[in-house]
Amino acid sequence: MIEERFDAIVIGAGMAGNAAAYTMASRGLNVLQLERGEYPGSKNVQGGILYADMLEKIIPDFREEAPLERHLIEQRFWFMTDRSHTGMHYRSDDFNEERPNRYTIIRSQFDRWFNKQVQAQGAIVISETTVTELVSDAYGKVIGVRTDRSGGTVFADVVVLAEGVNGLLGARAGLRPTPKAEHVALAVKEMHFLPRETIEARFNLHGDEGVVIEAAGTISKGMTGMGFVYTNKESISVGFGCLVSDFAANEETPYGMLENFKTHPSIAPLIEGSEVKEYAAHLIPEGGYKTIPELFGDGWVVVGDAAQLNNAIHREGSNLAMTSGRLAGEAIFQVKSRKDPMTKQNLALYKKLLDDSFVMKDLKKYKDMPALLHTQASNFFLDYPTLVSKAMENFLRVDGTPKIEKEKASVRAFRQKRSLTGLVGDAWRLARAWR
Amino acid sequence: MSTQVARVEEKLFQNRYLVDQGKPHIVVQPHTTPSKNLLAMTKICPAGCYEQNASGQVEITPDGCLECGTCRVLCEPQGDIVWNYPRGGYGVLFKFG
Repeated sequence: MIEERFDAIVIGAGMAGNAAAYTMASRGLNVLQLERGEYPGSKNVQGGILYADMLEKIIPDFREEAPLERHLIEQRFWFMTDRSHTGMHYRSDDFNEERPNRYTIIRSQFDRWFNKQVQAQGAIVISETTVTELVSDAYGKVIGVRTDRSGGTVFADVVVLAEGVNGLLGARAGLRPTPKAEHVALAVKEMHFLPRETIEARFNLHGDEGVVIEAAGTISKGMTGMGFVYTNKESISVGFGCLVSDFAANEETPYGMLENFKTHPSIAPLIEGSEVKEYAAHLIPEGGYKTIPELFGDGWVVVGDAAQLNNAIHREGSNLAMTSGRLAGEAIFQVKSRKDPMTKQNLALYKKLLDDSFVMKDLKKYKDMPALLHTQASNFFLDYPTLVSKAMENFLRVDGTPKIEKEKASVRAFRQKRSLTGLVGDAWRLARAWR
Repeated sequence: MSTQVARVEEKLFQNRYLVDQGKPHIVVQPHTTPSKNLLAMTKICPAGCYEQNASGQVEITPDGCLECGTCRVLCEPQGDIVWNYPRGGYGVLFKFG
């Protein structure tokens, strides 16, 4: 399809791929970016929240043009039982700042814009092209890619694998394993459209202010999972996700779980009367630090979700993707500037830059959290929310019972359910994994 | 079960697809009895693409596939299915994503 050799080929036009392609193209490298969707963004799915800081490092004035939905001024964490929620909310007018920190975005639209900026930097972007195979030389060095277009083999000094959580190419080439069921979550999401005034009234918002609700509890029926509600300008993203291994061990359907979440008495009034315009599903890397594969080799690097770079505890993924893409691009640029070959040894610079960044530091901090939450799902997602809800109801309902007896009843309920050693053990394990 | 299938079909009806006619991107390998994971796909597939036929085999109709990869994670390592992405430009076309 193209009789040319490139400095770099980027596979995929998501956050990581766009960041890598932008970084390299803006430094003068000859970049080809391949995307299998009809346009960049049309295969991409996210909740989704954009973290401004990481995009500013790539496109400082992105706020002037990027399709942003609402800047977030409020976060609601909900522990849910079937009929209640106990909430921890944080809302601050300080988030109404000149350069807000977090925005909701609609990925297909945002990614299309991001990729236009990549093209403006000089990268060649070809959509509707699925890469079918990595091409290696006799020594195993990756030297190009094969695509589903006729005569579709293209060569480059280095290939950036930004193929997403379900990337086939790296796995098929033996560069990294296929993710295991206990290391990925399946999330389903619907786009609920409502007039913007309705959204602003229901969520107590002015102008472009936005709210995020993240909810865990009995809604996941003892599985490791959570629901979310994100406000966009004229739509609300409502989704639900659980570990694939938990889905496999239970008889629940993902759309059944989403319906269950949507009909919860705390959620239903927020989306009442909306028009649903899309239903999407996507995997989310959940394995954390311990499941990060080899990140570089002879003629290749892997970035973003494909490299399992996702902070499940803080629900950050797109910013890790953007940062890893940017750092891979910078590393490749530096190697290229020194006129050095794209060997494993030289591309180790990417790993070094990533290790020095928040990406690896954050993932390392929470290296034990996935295992804790995944193996004790029923305690954390069923027992504790139920106990908290009962304690709250007990605290609030006025029925003539002396307060001292109410308090004792709540403490007794916790001890009966988890026992004192169980409670202390859970607290100890949580604190250890968190530190 | 049937109500859930009806519901997921309603959901998929909202989406845009360009189906590559006659070239399914996911293929179930011939089998007499489905493996545990393959059978589980009749429940887990978020697009309801997997169904068990009257003689007990699991079949796939990937027209409504959302390309999430859940079945690849669960069934590809054991060889129950062959998983590829659709040809460039085909498959689900997200408006919002």
